[in-house]
Amino acid sequence: MRIGIDVGGTNTDAVLMEGQRVLGWTKSPTTRDVSSGITNALTALLTETQVAPDAIAAVMLGTTHFTNAVVERRSLSRTAVVRIGLPATAALPPFVDWPDDLCRAIDGASYLVHGGFEFDGRPISALDDSEIRDVARQIRDAGISCVAISGVFSPVNPEQEKHVAEIVAAEVPGARISLSHEIGRIGLLERENAAVMNACLSELAGRIVQSFRDALAGLGIRAPFYISQNDGTLMSADFVARYPVLTFASGPTNSMRGAAFLSGLKDAVVVDIGGTTSDVGVLVNGFPREASVAVRIGGVRTNFRMPDVLSFGLGGGSHVRTDPLQVGPQSVGYEITSRALVFGGADLTATDIAVAAGLADVGDRDRVRHLDRAMVEAAVQHMREMVETSIDRMKTAAGDVPVVLVGGGIILLGDRLNGASAIHRPPEAPVANAIGAAIAQVGGEVDRVFSLDAVPREQALEQARAEASGRVLAEGAVPDSVEIVDVEEIPLAYLPGNATRIRVKAVGQLALD
Amino acid sequence: MWSVTPDDLESIAIGAGILGTGGGGNPYLGQQHMARLLNQGYRATVISLDEIADDALVTEVSGMGAPTVGVEKLPRGDEPRWAVEALEQFIGRPIEALVCAEVGGVNSITPLVAGALTGKPVLDADGMGRAFPELQMSTHFFNGVPCTPAALVDEKGNRIVFAHTVDAFTLERFARDLCVAMGCIAELAMPVMTGRQVKAHSVRNTLSLAKRIGDAVRAARATKAPVVDAVLAVTGGVALFSGKLVDVQRQTRGGFARGQLVAEGSGADRGTWLHIAFQNENLVAWRGSRHTPEEVLASVPDLICVVESDSGEPITTEQLRYGLRVTVLAVPCSDKLRTPQALAVVGPAAFGYPDVPYVPLPKQPGQGID
Repeated sequence: MRIGIDVGGTNTDAVLMEGQRVLGWTKSPTTRDVSSGITNALTALLTETQVAPDAIAAVMLGTTHFTNAVVERRSLSRTAVVRIGLPATAALPPFVDWPDDLCRAIDGASYLVHGGFEFDGRPISALDDSEIRDVARQIRDAGISCVAISGVFSPVNPEQEKHVAEIVAAEVPGARISLSHEIGRIGLLERENAAVMNACLSELAGRIVQSFRDALAGLGIRAPFYISQNDGTLMSADFVARYPVLTFASGPTNSMRGAAFLSGLKDAVVVDIGGTTSDVGVLVNGFPREASVAVRIGGVRTNFRMPDVLSFGLGGGSHVRTDPLQVGPQSVGYEITSRALVFGGADLTATDIAVAAGLADVGDRDRVRHLDRAMVEAAVQHMREMVETSIDRMKTAAGDVPVVLVGGGIILLGDRLNGASAIHRPPEAPVANAIGAAIAQVGGEVDRVFSLDAVPREQALEQARAEASGRVLAEGAVPDSVEIVDVEEIPLAYLPGNATRIRVKAVGQLALD
Repeated sequence: MWSVTPDDLESIAIGAGILGTGGGGNPYLGQQHMARLLNQGYRATVISLDEIADDALVTEVSGMGAPTVGVEKLPRGDEPRWAVEALEQFIGRPIEALVCAEVGGVNSITPLVAGALTGKPVLDADGMGRAFPELQMSTHFFNGVPCTPAALVDEKGNRIVFAHTVDAFTLERFARDLCVAMGCIAELAMPVMTGRQVKAHSVRNTLSLAKRIGDAVRAARATKAPVVDAVLAVTGGVALFSGKLVDVQRQTRGGFARGQLVAEGSGADRGTWLHIAFQNENLVAWRGSRHTPEEVLASVPDLICVVESDSGEPITTEQLRYGLRVTVLAVPCSDKLRTPQALAVVGPAAFGYPDVPYVPLPKQPGQGID
């Protein structure tokens, strides 16, 4: 049996699963220290399902903790950046285009050294060990121990980043080092930014992972635990302590993966309606479609594997104004249980409309009987149109598509949506996030530029597939379960040799004892 | 004469994105570089063509190479200055002003960086009034300006000057091979022109046009006014089509990203489809059925711009993907691209569409591109 946990801003959800079956689930408030909220949720779950802690084989956890630390500029460590690429890249040094307050919060230092590669693997200039050692000593003398290392074209050849890391590790005692090629893709600034964010979160990650570990140990759960990444795959707890940045935006991914599992669909539109906002995303072959443009997190440009999600202001707590009719984007949020009419409050919310229209049965129905019937109908239609418009924007081809509704706010919608070929409302929809975490697989990705004049296309693809599969096995996947889930080929303009960027992603089931 | 502010840069980058017609490269990095120079106390001055003496020497400064490499191997910063210096050294005379090779995309910002680093003014003009994939596709060369001498430099300090090539096409081929050897990113200063020549041949006021487009887009966004209408008002263009991208195909041929897109109409265009062929930049737009292009709506050298319907954000041909909600605009090009000499190089036939006749988009005098 395994447990999935989703630590959200409002609620901590937990589910217990055996194979493909959901045995039980709970929702409890998220606490300030996170770990006691996890303890509360798990205690309730184990009590309700009457399962002994030692029957748990694995715990999978989704958390927004690290994203929020960057967004809120708290608990970030001082971080130094070493970029390998001189004489190139000097015009745009590290931290260029970062928000001032985040730079102050990180209070970092940046260094440029010689080295880096051309697109075809030739060196730009030779590495100089004494130059690198000198930089490492400056970092040590500045009292900084979190270090990000980036190199020009390191995704094509990571050797220089690794070499610089060895020198830094030798000179800076206790250094926590983040290498850009392990974190991001082609695009030096964006990849370096991700490495810097990773480095500045690495001390916090160590502490958080320990507190999760303590919470589980306190309940007698000795199973290994994993944390979900933004691409819907898992990393081990030790791995998270080294790569916290890969948890960014794992929330929408988990809810979409949970929706895929609960509906049994691999290709569908997922609508996750929360308390304040709704997210619409697209499942392609069981995984969220990824955004293709640079995504800013906390004001910093990144090129993460982020799900392509359209958010809009509709949720169970959305304020409803009647003249003229308007739903959201303001919301009573987590105060819905005291402020909505049906709960004895004074605010007309989307939930009140749903109850008045007979779509939902929560709170006290008598408190919304006085609402004008025509207004209620108009509001229901308006909410439905908000969802329909967003679905239509996100779908990839004309024609109706299956739609999966998840999240606590799906009571706002009836059983008909234009553009939907079928509507799925799984009973466990309120905890789709935690289920998404529980069923997450392990994954591996290759993203590289091949010259198709030098290597035939089929051979290049085969090489990329084999490497991606190898990475999945190294993560602990069951060998038979490994499959290629995404292959993307992008011909590159103005490059010789028919250069093509090939991205292959493979996933597999985690081997559980 | 005006001095470029960080705020101007923001607007120029947006306008240059629209005038890039799907290509031209992302101005983001150039904008960051330039903003940093302004922050360090450098100044970039833009002057109109009337402010340059007839016998003064002028050169274009532009980046050459693969955009995908450009986002990885960032510039050292000295390259634009070195390119101009290499040219001056070769001709033994000072260059007095710089000019954009193409106002579309990243090369709108490059001369400003060179201007800031060399202290030379940048002319409010360019050689295309848009973006094109190859350097010989310039009003300067259609009118007989020799393309050499030309200086090509890289971030390592290599400076190569082409003393003479038989034509611009040959220079393009040689320079591109060298550019690959330099790591697929190089800085180019060429040709050497007189003030008299740029006054006669350059497309006028295009840098300020880019800025005005950007200003209009930002003002519309701030007041929640329709962004597309704001762009049309400044450029004198028309909205060809609104709809959703339903198919994008790409192939690489000869180092260029070629492809076709199909958009399905919505609103007034419901029931019809738009087809666009592109080679880095958008080339030809047809209205038709789902699988068959039928009626030509616009073609090179007129500008075909694909923008995101709500935000008005220009979409480059590399960013095209299924599901995007787009409005397709057509903007009349400069009259200097409509001469027989120009059409021989940048008309539909020159891009491989001999069956597409060039029908110029109607143009209001005094509006849009010179």
